[in-house]
Amino acid sequence: MMAEYLTALAAVLAAPFLGGILMGLDRVVSARLQSRQGPPLVQPFYDILKLFAKRRMAANTFQMISVSVYLASMVLSLALLVMGQDLLVLLFILALGNIMLILGGFSVKSPYSQLGSQREVIVLLAYEPLLVCMVVGTYILTGSFSAASVFGLERPLALSMPAFVITQTLVMAMKLHKSPFDVSASHHAHQELVRGIYTEFSGPQMAVIELAHLYELVLLLGFIVLFWHTNLVVGIVLALACHAAVIVLDNVSARMTTRWMFGFTWSVGLALAAANLAALYATGPLPR
Amino acid sequence: MGLIDIARSKSPWILHFDAGACNGCDIEILACLTPVYDVERFGIINIGNPKHADVLLVTGTVNKRSARVLRNLYDQMPDPKAVVAIGACALSGGVFHECYNVLGGVDSVLPVDVYVPGCAPKPEAIIEGVVMALGKMQEREHARKRGAA
Repeated sequence: MMAEYLTALAAVLAAPFLGGILMGLDRVVSARLQSRQGPPLVQPFYDILKLFAKRRMAANTFQMISVSVYLASMVLSLALLVMGQDLLVLLFILALGNIMLILGGFSVKSPYSQLGSQREVIVLLAYEPLLVCMVVGTYILTGSFSAASVFGLERPLALSMPAFVITQTLVMAMKLHKSPFDVSASHHAHQELVRGIYTEFSGPQMAVIELAHLYELVLLLGFIVLFWHTNLVVGIVLALACHAAVIVLDNVSARMTTRWMFGFTWSVGLALAAANLAALYATGPLPR
Repeated sequence: MGLIDIARSKSPWILHFDAGACNGCDIEILACLTPVYDVERFGIINIGNPKHADVLLVTGTVNKRSARVLRNLYDQMPDPKAVVAIGACALSGGVFHECYNVLGGVDSVLPVDVYVPGCAPKPEAIIEGVVMALGKMQEREHARKRGAA
């Protein structure tokens, strides 16, 4: 038990650095795809430090509470995943954090922030069923909702649940606010109705959000590593490949509407998930 | 130079406001973002949101209408911040100086840190202006810290 806590602590401490480097790599790769040189690899750290050092300018006290809960939920979710805890609880905590951020956006009267928050609700509604379906899939395979039971499987999850690798990549694109799903705000400080849901968060609040994004990125990649837990090197390569796919998708596609995004994820995404779940149901649980 | 100073100088986020320019200067600012100049090399991002911005780039003459908006945008930017006036019109009102609705340059409304002359200034000059503004911003911040200590 002690070792589990220590692993979780190590993951929580290392995640921002890993996430920052990956985020910096994302910006460099995006710039190269646009035939630009791009910022230094450590740019996300500069941005976060600078934002922390800006003077506070809050519209209300709830904003800081909302972003703090958002960060806490990301940190806790990552810790739960590393410790092999219940995946359903993890999803609820993840959703709680996102909803707190949305409430923070709604707490200000600015129409940009309001509209961004409304759109973020639709984004949440679009990807949440895909996440739940993935957890249902692991339940059919292992008879348990805990991540630890997935660690106990002899065969990689990706061989039984290939469609969910695709849906998880879609979820990653949506959660990171990448094109064509960047309807509520854009990842790379592109403008979508000023800055969408982030419009009214400034200085230290924005720094907390950016820090939470680093945790979120590591968490989403962690989900994909879970699909090939038998060999961590393959798992990490798979996760990085999915991340690369998201970056390329971001650069080759334009922003679409919320309606399109919702239709796409609930038709194509859920169809993929349902087909895979049906196949899992037919074959039954995996040997442990 | 502390870590915060380094981070500040490496990550200036820009807000661009056209107070009444002919769009010549605005095109040159946008040219800075293209692959030829690529200001993101220096961590500069055109953020478009005053609440996230560090440097305010203003082009064009300030008239009675735009002065209010300009002041509002400036007030929404959290400290430390800097203002760069770009182009002849933003410096003094330029050829529109004597117009009935023109108040003059940006400095008739806001404290300007750096003046970038030209009609329109080159992208290189604009980038240099932003770098100079960052230097002044840091100096002001250090002076404030010394004053507070």
